[in-house]
Amino acid sequence: MPGAGTSVFPGTDTLIQASYFVTAVLFILGLKRMSSPVTARSGILWAGAGMLVATLVTFAYPGMSNYPLIGAAIVLGGALAWWTGKRVAMTNMPQMIALYNGMGGGAAAAIAAVELYRGGAGGYGEATLAVVGGLIGAVSFSGSAVAFGKLQGLIKRSFRFRGQQALNLLLLAAALLHAALLAGHFNDSPRVVTGLFAFALILGVSMTLPIGGADMPVVISLYNALTGLAVGLDGFVMHNAAMIVAGTVVGAAGTLLTQLMAKAMNRSIANVLFSGFGDTGTGPAGTVTGSLKPIEASDVGVMLAFAQKVIIVPGYGMAVAQAQHKIWELCQLLIDRGVTVRFAIHPVAGRMPGHMNVLLAEAGVPYDLIADLEEINAEFETTDVALIIGANDVVNPVARTDKSSPIYGMPILNADRAKNVIVIKRGQGAGFSGIENALFYLDNTRMLYGDARKAGAELIQAVKAVG
Amino acid sequence: MTGIVALYIFMLAAFTGYEVIARVPVILHTPLMSGSNFVHGIVLVGAMVALGNAHTPLEKTIGFIGVLLAAGNAMGGYVVTERMLEMFKSSRAGGKRPGAR
Repeated sequence: MPGAGTSVFPGTDTLIQASYFVTAVLFILGLKRMSSPVTARSGILWAGAGMLVATLVTFAYPGMSNYPLIGAAIVLGGALAWWTGKRVAMTNMPQMIALYNGMGGGAAAAIAAVELYRGGAGGYGEATLAVVGGLIGAVSFSGSAVAFGKLQGLIKRSFRFRGQQALNLLLLAAALLHAALLAGHFNDSPRVVTGLFAFALILGVSMTLPIGGADMPVVISLYNALTGLAVGLDGFVMHNAAMIVAGTVVGAAGTLLTQLMAKAMNRSIANVLFSGFGDTGTGPAGTVTGSLKPIEASDVGVMLAFAQKVIIVPGYGMAVAQAQHKIWELCQLLIDRGVTVRFAIHPVAGRMPGHMNVLLAEAGVPYDLIADLEEINAEFETTDVALIIGANDVVNPVARTDKSSPIYGMPILNADRAKNVIVIKRGQGAGFSGIENALFYLDNTRMLYGDARKAGAELIQAVKAVG
Repeated sequence: MTGIVALYIFMLAAFTGYEVIARVPVILHTPLMSGSNFVHGIVLVGAMVALGNAHTPLEKTIGFIGVLLAAGNAMGGYVVTERMLEMFKSSRAGGKRPGAR
């Protein structure tokens, strides 16, 4: 192919370029609006308008054929995604984002593959962009698919074995070797192209399999950034400004978000990717003294009903039990009694940053009752009851005290400083990290065992019984 | 587009992405991740052009898969983000008051 700029993209129609420009502006403004709760709703509408404009004018792209195929693929892919997106429960949002993100990565890889199979993209520069974009897109595709499988419960185990990092390095080296052959036009044969994508796809799988569920938010965010980057690189290959701007913006934003999340867990991105959680702490998982003290729902009801201030700390257990509606119902009862109720959200509570906020919003909790870690941590000392619902590691005080603990240094919610701590928990097991939680053994802590939704219903009855 | 201009666009777009997200409150992290996931669904236009210029059966097959996946990214990203953001409301802005039930 004599340069992507001539045969594949003849002429630059002014209308199309102008439309892509408008799309890029709408995307940036849309993302900006999505970063404030007041305007967030309109942000996605703006971005959606941009996408619609870009898609429609692309049908008018000069020199195109295969329109029936294009139309069929859009209708089929769009309908499937619309159907699944509308049906999925709010608790399953994280894996859906992983899934749709993986599809984007796969599309970016497919674009690069078409260019490369056609005989290599133009000059060295464009060929390099195409192979790197294809490589990143393919890794994001298969990696996101594994992340989806893990969160959806299709893949239950974390596969770890000795020499795993060495294997990943070998896979990466093999993929890079093929990439170099193509980028330098040393060997543009289809076999090399196939090799590149095969190694990249296997690398994505083998990188993601050993990573535990607790780290998945960081991983999904990273793959989101990688897909953005791949789209941006493809944009350079295809001389498409909308793709360049949108892809790069997402790449940068996603990278920052990934860093913020890794920081909130007190881990580096490299640490998340290259060591399973728990591998870092070699000593015995903390020495905890004291005993677990169970309590009945009726007693908790009285405690809550006569409290002045209650802080709710939700975690993944609330998501699993779909307890957010019951919990909000309970809170409304308390608010009616004059109790001050607030929700404290740890940055990595649940499986994604903001996961809890989405669930609480679904249940109808106004967002001004919901507070971040920095905002609310000082308030625990003046709180009568801290109600922990299926949260564990994010309230474990050993993060402040025990230097040998893998979570040492992670910012936590200071729930242990409340006058009373009630922990709603299904069983006596440790949290996702496998670390014993010192909070559960404190003198001011009581354990209310049971499924969070059932416990919520019991608490509602108990508070009502107080009258 | 010359290489250096492309590099400038890349640099400026990267800073834009960084700045846009720098001030986002934690409660919007998941919707924003979902929203940015939707935005890279723009890969759809690239996939459309790639399929539109495909000739061999292999190119057409890969191109078709590309458009299919990209449409899924864009549509799924939009639906999911919209559903999440729909639920954000303040208690002052006409949300259901406590005690309504």
